[in-house]
Amino acid sequence: MSVETENLEQLVNRRYAHGFVTDIASEGLPPGLNEDVVRAISALKQEPEFLLEWRLRAYRQWLEMTEPEWAHVHYPRIDYNSISYYSAPKSDKDRPQSLEEVDPKLLETYDKLGIPLHERARLAGVAVDAVFDSVSVATTFKKKLSEAGVIFSSFSDAVREHPALVKKYLGSVVPQRDNYFAALNSAVFSDGSFVYIPKGVRCPMELSTYFRINAANTGQFERTLIIADEGSHVSYLEGCTAPMRDENQLHAAVVELVALDDAEIKYSTVQNWYPGDENGVGGIYNFVTKRGDCRGTNSKICWTQVETGSAITWKYPSCILRGDNSVGEFYSVAVANNYQQADTGTKMIHIGRNTSSTIVSKGISAGHAQNAYRGLVRVMPQASSARNHTQCDSLLIGKDCGAHTFPYMEIRNPSARIEHEATTSKISADQMFYCRQRGISEEDAVNMIVNGFCKEVFNELPMEFAVEAQALLNVSLEGAVG
Amino acid sequence: MLKIRNLDASIGDTQILRGLSLNVNAGEVHAIMGPNGSGKSTLAQVIAGHDDYVVTGGSITFKGEDLVPLAPEARAREGIFLGFQYPVEIPGVNNAYLLKAAVNAKRKHQGLGEIDAFEFLKLAREKMTMLDMDPKFLHRGVNQGFSGGEKKRNEILQMAMLEPELAILDETDSGLDIDALKAVAGGINALRDPARAIILVTHYQRLLDYVEPDHIHVLSEGRIVRSGDKSLAHELEDKGYEWLQDIASAG
Repeated sequence: MSVETENLEQLVNRRYAHGFVTDIASEGLPPGLNEDVVRAISALKQEPEFLLEWRLRAYRQWLEMTEPEWAHVHYPRIDYNSISYYSAPKSDKDRPQSLEEVDPKLLETYDKLGIPLHERARLAGVAVDAVFDSVSVATTFKKKLSEAGVIFSSFSDAVREHPALVKKYLGSVVPQRDNYFAALNSAVFSDGSFVYIPKGVRCPMELSTYFRINAANTGQFERTLIIADEGSHVSYLEGCTAPMRDENQLHAAVVELVALDDAEIKYSTVQNWYPGDENGVGGIYNFVTKRGDCRGTNSKICWTQVETGSAITWKYPSCILRGDNSVGEFYSVAVANNYQQADTGTKMIHIGRNTSSTIVSKGISAGHAQNAYRGLVRVMPQASSARNHTQCDSLLIGKDCGAHTFPYMEIRNPSARIEHEATTSKISADQMFYCRQRGISEEDAVNMIVNGFCKEVFNELPMEFAVEAQALLNVSLEGAVG
Repeated sequence: MLKIRNLDASIGDTQILRGLSLNVNAGEVHAIMGPNGSGKSTLAQVIAGHDDYVVTGGSITFKGEDLVPLAPEARAREGIFLGFQYPVEIPGVNNAYLLKAAVNAKRKHQGLGEIDAFEFLKLAREKMTMLDMDPKFLHRGVNQGFSGGEKKRNEILQMAMLEPELAILDETDSGLDIDALKAVAGGINALRDPARAIILVTHYQRLLDYVEPDHIHVLSEGRIVRSGDKSLAHELEDKGYEWLQDIASAG
């Protein structure tokens, strides 16, 4: 342990009663947010001075900011002092000891999604030593990556093992004061993923949070940083189709991507946080800031997301097309059922010359849900010959739901070529009757039509993910018709 | 096979079928003709079980079973096929996918396992050759961007794959050029079978030059006003529908 962190610990110990740090390591921090809490988190994670300072700056900026209200979502005010900002990992004895102790309803859903048996135990949070297989798989995986020179670790490990890289890139895409939730995340982030692909390396496999060592309990304020050095290529999969439950209602993650010259990052997400029950009670508030910086020439960043979970989703994965000839893509399927609210979309900021961006957004609303697409295409004066194509389709199932489209365009260079297409459709009675006359049940017919509607986005997902995403959509819309 | 007795059916507050009776046996081909608005398409939709239509009187039985309480998908699995006048587009849904789902829904109902992917493709290609259809159609969205003729051929393809016991073809000849009409008629004739009944709903006798019906019925104001053999079609062609309406109002 460095002298620096020792001093910090002393500081923390002085401010709290003696022995408090060990208590919070096992019990978590009491609810509340102030500078001491930020210091305690940093000390617990034995972080270097620069990171503590960084967190504190973020915290002070957050204090001066106000919660945004422009999104098309409604929720009761969040009391930030009622949240605990560090929760201890659950010990094995508090977890279910076998699948027999797990909620049968959850297991039924795993079944519908076709999740392999050995994965179910892990997903349901069964005690670690009861989960077989995963350790050896992860070890093989890590070995292969290190041979290629790829760094893939938890954020905390990266801070310890690669502080220079973290210091150089952290906050370089999403600055601390970027927005209210990003500032909060910067102050109190718990853990997350770190990826570095060295020059000219094509990452030998798809990176998935599933295989990250020490992935347990990254908590509600996740932080991810991915750097693709010159000429490198990486495909990263985030999330999981299995329903994720969490006692923490507020989730505010930050994801930063940096692509240098000729590098390519493909970031795919399947988000299935607990959406609340059919009456809209409970459910996760998911306020995420995701942004990619195409910093180098000929770089490319592609976001693909399938969003089915959460009570509220507030999320705009974006691309800053800084390098000449850089390419940004955004493919999204957002499903909102029952009382879910989603306000999601993207921002494409064209700065370099000959930059191009593609946006394909598919919003599906059912039940009483509200689904909004919000997208910005900005072409800066110096961005000559910029191109954008936006396609934004909404599908309504039932008569009590809503779809909203908010496209913003700021074009400050006359050579830009911008295309925008938007459609809103309903699953028509004619389509339903046609399928049913062919012997297909109502539910299967809806699934078929919805999957057809989403096809362009699913095509962008890695094969295995696409199959899971399709199954997930079917489960999410169960009971939406009839 | 199909017995319709004194059938009354309405859409909203409008009664369309008024005491219609019809008997169709296995192996027979019936043509239902009549002027626009006489209730031809309604009859097809009611047999298939469209929700918009309400049966207010009379009965429909299929293989001795009361059809009225059955959902459209249940009727389809029992062997009733409706070839649509205006087949709907389903963007993004692969034609082959829909076809396979339909075949499997029926097989499941019959207690059979799912069709093998290879076997399915082989079968589909065979039927498409017969209908002079480009195999590429299998991998396009259902009816998406199809011409009128392509849509109708696609309906016949579905019928050929599903091998229904009762096929009702609603205005399958409308909007077809002569080559498409011949291909479609060829497809229908290939499916004539002692175990299968076919009902052709048509405004013109043109299709009947290629698919020869055993019986022709003329509909007017929601009931059958005249039945006969294929010579009735020619009589109609000569005298026009007005002649029949006179009979109907007189009768």
